[in-house]
Amino acid sequence: MENSLNNTPLVDEHVALGAKMVGFGGWNMPLQYVSILAEWEHNRRTVSLFDCSHMGEFIIKGDALECGLDKIVTHTIVDMPVNTCRYGAMLNEAGGVIDDLIVYRKGPQEWMIVVNASNIEKNARHFRAHLKPRTYFEDASFKTAKLDLQGPQSRDVLKVLAPGIEKLSYYTFDQFQINGIHCLISRTGYTGELGYEIYCPWEKCKEIWKTILAHATVKPTGLGVRDVLRVEMCYSLYGHELDETISPMEAGLDKFIDGNKDFIGRKVALAKTPGRIIGYFISNSRKSPRAGNKIFDAGGQEIGVVTSGTFSPGLQVGIGIGFMSRLSKDVGVEIFFGDEKNKAAAIVAKRPFYKNGSFKT
Amino acid sequence: MEIEENFLYTKEHEWVSVEDNIATMGITDYAQEALGDVTYVELPEEESEIEQFEQFVSVESVKAASDIYAPMGGRVTEVNRKLEDNPALINKDCYGKGWIAKIEINDMDESTNLMSAEEYRNYLDSLH
Repeated sequence: MENSLNNTPLVDEHVALGAKMVGFGGWNMPLQYVSILAEWEHNRRTVSLFDCSHMGEFIIKGDALECGLDKIVTHTIVDMPVNTCRYGAMLNEAGGVIDDLIVYRKGPQEWMIVVNASNIEKNARHFRAHLKPRTYFEDASFKTAKLDLQGPQSRDVLKVLAPGIEKLSYYTFDQFQINGIHCLISRTGYTGELGYEIYCPWEKCKEIWKTILAHATVKPTGLGVRDVLRVEMCYSLYGHELDETISPMEAGLDKFIDGNKDFIGRKVALAKTPGRIIGYFISNSRKSPRAGNKIFDAGGQEIGVVTSGTFSPGLQVGIGIGFMSRLSKDVGVEIFFGDEKNKAAAIVAKRPFYKNGSFKT
Repeated sequence: MEIEENFLYTKEHEWVSVEDNIATMGITDYAQEALGDVTYVELPEEESEIEQFEQFVSVESVKAASDIYAPMGGRVTEVNRKLEDNPALINKDCYGKGWIAKIEINDMDESTNLMSAEEYRNYLDSLH
């Protein structure tokens, strides 16, 4: 493995468990332990543990309006109750997406921002440049580990380790102890299943990982299936459906944009009527679309590009996300994916592809 | 990593078993392990003519699609239709029930472009 990759506190654990390791967003991460299909099955039916310590966490202290935080993010945060979280994004001046993120309100004047691993440095620079001088800002990414416990049985496992966890409703969080170790746990996730994200001190992460895995029902699960699960839920991934050249309207982030407030990139983002828009489609067969495939209309005209594609174990056919012309993104429209020589048929579908997720139960 | 002793191999990790003038081919244990769960196999058309090392099959796993090359040239006489409903046969039994196609060989000398089991084993070692 390349020396330039960062390691989470669990790299030795992953290797010992037989994981296939890959570079992802600058990090050396487990792709899979057994097989993607087996791990999919376990996550959707039982409960899985993911190491997501690569993701970034920033701490900001101050009044959202006064310190400038409100102006950096696209969504409404001033009315957030303490101990809730909210998904949004931040834009550059040209209206492109710097990153998507989740804002945690830890107190009336204390915030945690969770960002993508590959964007940590870029985002920290953006916050430092745009927060008011003397605002407390800390990049806590390398001292905060994150474990995601996801699956319909996640609550049953966690209520034993972290009593009181049952009270958390979707997109809320609180402070808990696991083995006497202080953790922030939120009821959030990226799989579509009931699940929790556990933030803990970097040096204690291994102990928590082992404690949770000691439960017979919990299995470690890699980033390979995490990507399949999120595509089944039609969740965007930075670098695929989101980047600095993509406007939030194209990316379908409309409902995470507060048009009534001022934020960086607002003018451009709201003024643009995008010529293309994100769409979701289901292959007519097991043949699966892949990122980079072209999208064609029924007449053979090129109308877009695939940003994410995979075989869906839940639907037993291929599924894809891509940008396509506005006219063609309506549900039920027939499209084709592939290249000029080899095209396969698909139908534009409603999100999410996978409808049986337990995330709100 | 399992290797069948009497088969011949390509650098792209296809295997071929020659009986009379018919070559049965598939992908190796190394290839199926690297691909992961196979979810779709785009089979060649029967009766199509292919050249040695021409791309003629596509094997898809959950996360990726891979091109498969003909280990020997000739006419495709039979394809493994069982893979249409059960592509996981390639993971379960890549040298047996997971075979992909049979080719009527044009030129037996093409086998000199392939590796023996021993050579393939050394080749795999050299990849690590």
